[in-house]
Amino acid sequence: MSHLNLEPNIADMDAFYEHLINTHDGLSDADSHMVNARLVLLLANHIGDRDVLAEALARARAGLTNALS
Amino acid sequence: MQTDYQKLRFDYVRAADHDAPASPIHPVVVVGAGPVGLSAAIDLAQQGVKVVLVDNDDTLSTGSRAICFAKRTLEIFDRLGCGARMVDKGVSWNVGKVFLHDELIYSFNLLPETGHARPAFINLQQYYVEGYLADRAMQLDHLQMRWKSNVVGIQQHADHVELTVETPDGAYALRAQYVVAADGARSTVRKMLGLDCSGRSFRDRFLIADVKMKAPFPAERWFWFDPPFHRNQSVLLHRQPDNVWRIDFQLGWDADPVAEKAPERVIPRVKALLGEGVEFELEWVSIYTFSCLRMDSFRHGRVLFAGDSAHGVSPFGARGANSGVQDADNLAWKLRLVVNGDAPSALLDTYASEREYAADENIRHSTRATDFITPKSAVSRLFRDATLKLAKDCPFARRIVNSGRLSVPAVLSDSPLNTPDCPADVFSCPLTPGAVCADAPVTIDGKETWFLNQTSGGEFTGVYFCGLDDDTGETAQRLAALGNLPVRVRALVVAPRGAKPPAMSGVTVLEDVEGIVAHRFDARPGTFYLLRPDQHVCARWRALDVDAVSAAVDRATCNTNVNG
Repeated sequence: MSHLNLEPNIADMDAFYEHLINTHDGLSDADSHMVNARLVLLLANHIGDRDVLAEALARARAGLTNALS
Repeated sequence: MQTDYQKLRFDYVRAADHDAPASPIHPVVVVGAGPVGLSAAIDLAQQGVKVVLVDNDDTLSTGSRAICFAKRTLEIFDRLGCGARMVDKGVSWNVGKVFLHDELIYSFNLLPETGHARPAFINLQQYYVEGYLADRAMQLDHLQMRWKSNVVGIQQHADHVELTVETPDGAYALRAQYVVAADGARSTVRKMLGLDCSGRSFRDRFLIADVKMKAPFPAERWFWFDPPFHRNQSVLLHRQPDNVWRIDFQLGWDADPVAEKAPERVIPRVKALLGEGVEFELEWVSIYTFSCLRMDSFRHGRVLFAGDSAHGVSPFGARGANSGVQDADNLAWKLRLVVNGDAPSALLDTYASEREYAADENIRHSTRATDFITPKSAVSRLFRDATLKLAKDCPFARRIVNSGRLSVPAVLSDSPLNTPDCPADVFSCPLTPGAVCADAPVTIDGKETWFLNQTSGGEFTGVYFCGLDDDTGETAQRLAALGNLPVRVRALVVAPRGAKPPAMSGVTVLEDVEGIVAHRFDARPGTFYLLRPDQHVCARWRALDVDAVSAAVDRATCNTNVNG
């Protein structure tokens, strides 16, 4: 079973991060949300592996409490 | 008696140029006796170039200002004859820690390997750095320092520059073949030539509080994102000599820069960090904003811009003073060759292009750090906070966290002065043409020393790695030929541990006692590296060919037409 890779895996991380932030330049908050949602879907499809995706979803959610409870 | 560098005043002396009927043309005049101007002037004088250094006042830096001096800068100060004093006085550090709220999320070591003479960084108040450089400058015959000498006019001519210098004795004309403008961020030379330094300003304000106290914090760089004692902002803590601690508080753009400097506003902020009951006194307080900018070109005819006059960065990463000293390091040997007639003035264009490239790299790093520390939009802040939350458990997120990418020298890979590796010569180490040469421990006649110390004489150095069974007679002959090139190359032989090569006249033999030199250079017997006077690699081969070295020196001094 594959695992979610938590080690650095992008050659020039600073350049990537700058590109990520700049992708949002000039957008409203709502449009930024839309960009982020599309990005998650695109990358999830690229990864494909459900085990890896399940791990990522759990880790992304960790530490955030349920607003209804 | 210890000198108080904060109160030191230098003597103004009437310049001979006042009274000379036809004032002489000095080879080089340096404007500005900060770390950059002093470094340039010392370097030139050490290399035998007569230099006049003018400064508009008679004191050193007011306040501690630039406090972080990087390994590469210390290596340059070693070459200038005052590195040991800096390191002895400074607080050496290699470790940085990053906190989110009150929790340590990770720490990093900037120099995880041994075998380097100098630490990753020292912290030392700018007035000590300038003071030690000034002390060194005053030892040099070729260097004249002129305090209270304010440049108020500049005119470029075909074969010289004429400066108008205002002094307590009135104004005089000071003429030079070349002028180094190291007169700071508000450079008057730049203004008088009608030139711009442009870029991006950041909408944020920071408070520096230098605090004198006895505190148990280690000599490390501590950076907090959103700490409980200073909510929603960042704080940076650094140790300086004399029990002084630098604390940087991010205040935000709306902070009142005048009110925030008042002790009654500063002291509660410091107490919030230290806790009640810690005794301290305020040594220096300053509020600053910053921009990332640079001049389009660092060379304008016979005027070369260096340091803050040419480029500005945010303070995150300690890339201001450090890059300025590296400007001086790059410029001095080129100016020496040009004023001595050993290279065409086109060599000075490579000062500009190489250091513009380095400035762009510094600006890029410091801009990215600033954008992380001071997110410019809500979504940028969201990603920043998500990164910080993930960083404790996810190594990849720690790589994204950016509290400043600390100054390392630029690798000048695309410099026209480099001779590219021959395709057949395969190397696997970071010392590519354009990189600063690595340090390593060596011995000479059994005495311990450092590799870089042996390459610091202001000349090109040829480093030859010999084997255990070399024909030393034949090698000595070829190395001797390097000393006879038009721009001479000083030969160094690196011998493996235990090898006992016979003495060769005019050649220094280093024993690679721990094998670290060969490892860092990925060297085999026969490997040859050519180093520039500023200790950057400019060519390397798997075998020594004097003609190839000669061509590489010509290329590194613009004495060749590359296409010809």
